[in-house]
Amino acid sequence: MASTTTLRGWIDGIGVLGPGLNTWAQAQPILAGAVVYQPQPVLVPAAAVLPPPERRRVGLAAKVALAVAQEAIANARQDAAALAAVFSSSGADCDNCDAICQVLASEDRHISPTRFHNSVHNVAAGYWSIASGAMTPATALCAYDGSFGAGLLEALTQVVVDGVGTLLVTYEVPYPEPLHAKRPLPSAFGLALVLMPQPGPHSLAHIQVDLVEAPADRVTLAQLEALRCRIPSARGLPLLQVLAEGRGARVILEYLDPLNLAVDVLPCR
Amino acid sequence: MTPVRLSHFTASSCLGCGRTATLTALRQHRGGLAPCRFETVDDLETQIGAVPQVDAVALPTPLAEYECRNNRLALLGLQQDDFSAAVEDAIARYGPRRVGILIGTSTAGILQTEQAYRRRDPNTGALPDDLVYQTTHNTYSVAAFIRCYFRLAGPAMVVSTACSSSAKVFASAARMLAAGVIDAAIVGGVDSLCLTTLYGFNSLELLSAEPCRPFDVDRKGLCIGEAAAFVLLERPGSSLDADTVLLLGAGESSDAYHMSAPHPDGLGAQMAMAAALRSAGLQSTDIDYINLHGTATPSNDAAEGKAVAALFGDRTPCSSVKGATGHTLGAAGGLEAVISALALQDGFLPGGINTRHLDPAIPIHYLTANSNIVPSRVMSNSFGFGGTNCSLVFGRSG
Repeated sequence: MASTTTLRGWIDGIGVLGPGLNTWAQAQPILAGAVVYQPQPVLVPAAAVLPPPERRRVGLAAKVALAVAQEAIANARQDAAALAAVFSSSGADCDNCDAICQVLASEDRHISPTRFHNSVHNVAAGYWSIASGAMTPATALCAYDGSFGAGLLEALTQVVVDGVGTLLVTYEVPYPEPLHAKRPLPSAFGLALVLMPQPGPHSLAHIQVDLVEAPADRVTLAQLEALRCRIPSARGLPLLQVLAEGRGARVILEYLDPLNLAVDVLPCR
Repeated sequence: MTPVRLSHFTASSCLGCGRTATLTALRQHRGGLAPCRFETVDDLETQIGAVPQVDAVALPTPLAEYECRNNRLALLGLQQDDFSAAVEDAIARYGPRRVGILIGTSTAGILQTEQAYRRRDPNTGALPDDLVYQTTHNTYSVAAFIRCYFRLAGPAMVVSTACSSSAKVFASAARMLAAGVIDAAIVGGVDSLCLTTLYGFNSLELLSAEPCRPFDVDRKGLCIGEAAAFVLLERPGSSLDADTVLLLGAGESSDAYHMSAPHPDGLGAQMAMAAALRSAGLQSTDIDYINLHGTATPSNDAAEGKAVAALFGDRTPCSSVKGATGHTLGAAGGLEAVISALALQDGFLPGGINTRHLDPAIPIHYLTANSNIVPSRVMSNSFGFGGTNCSLVFGRSG
């Protein structure tokens, strides 16, 4: 019969990058309603953590993923090489996909080796392992608009079943035209969590996750709610809002119809 | 890990559709590679493992928006060996929310978009209206298609880690079963021919002009194939007959070395195999056969050979089936899991084909002919771009 393991873990670190949200430290008071949100284009930091050859080849998508991954690891004061990693994205490197499709539709179909290896959905996981030196398991998932929920579910099963700390990284970048018209993502957005099987000195909150049939929660701020509705990785924003407010609450995150994820949040301090 | 039962399984590849066709080809030591005549490709000198039956598949009308080669291949695979009936039984037992879907693919239905780019509006550059991105091109589309086909309402995801994708789904599904999130899982891999992978591997000068020759001293690269392989996973239950195949262990690792080249000493591969043995609670001497990743690229086979030799020496019989099936990329882990299960149930070790002169620099026990040794436990390796590694251990229950 089904075992009754509870999907639970401790959030030790958060990373976020989106329009007007540059880091968790800067985003936290905005999400808590203490500071006014000012929409700004996303400022994606250079992937300084990569060796020079990879730094030349990496695209915007992996840079977004690396930025939030690094921030979450730093905030958690964890050793990246000791954590498993779950990367979840609907589109991965969308610029690269457009560039390849353009070449394949042209007279000369010769695509560059860099374009090809950047086309894999695990592109960010690959660059992350090179950047961090982590030889631990890393996976790359896709569940279209449910990609945040799929990533959280996979990361927590690793935490609970394998008993390992797990870095969850969800990220998107928009397609350029003409694919943008088919999949109109308005902006780049990354969200990372360090999830641990035991509480530690840097734990921010305990979370427990259940699959439920209940409507997903919204974010209070209309501009951020617009991001949540349109970017898969931003589907995690209601959880960040509760964490920013530092309160205990149950928050429902969008997953795959008819299932959503109920996250019970209990702050550690 | 807690063992998981392979309640039902099937595979369709260039060897044929279903278990009997697959097993017959393996038993007859023949492959399905043929010169590349795919789509508009007339400038690549290589062999491919195409599944010709895909062209005749029609999706049911309510699923028309999923129309693409990858989902047609998925449907073809689901229709073999009464696999769909086994899934329906599981749904009846557990309910539609308790059956998960975890599918590996590398390129899903991107061929639709590749072709649509040729039909862009000459004035605006817009893609044609008939391109439906969500249900064809998007990486998740194949899992969404299967979820819709079976009217399931449970967890679903695609693992897309290049050529380890459909091996890693077994590890994820075993965790979901252990955590009690689901009671059964449809796992497997579906990956179909497209231009990105053909021209991509060509750009890396990794395509073989002749049927690929894994572990041959003169190996010249890989041949791309396509496949749909499915396994229904459940908890073992109380009564198992001796022929039942179990997933006993899974090991995953990252090379942390290079985006498209393996660690030269196969360090990540070795870690994944060692982790799989630990997960199964077994020693290397407990493994009777290793289904190698064995792509027939010079670097993969050299690195994997070093890793296998380091853990197993030259004792353990091993081979790659990619000379027969081609490299089915995101479907390879699933296809080779099914081939491993067939070897366990039918009691033989499939020898690799096309290999004429074994590379003397790789000190492993590579089989170039079928063996009648009856295996009890086999390991299957899958590695991919981005330095992703996954090894699985399967065994007979009796």
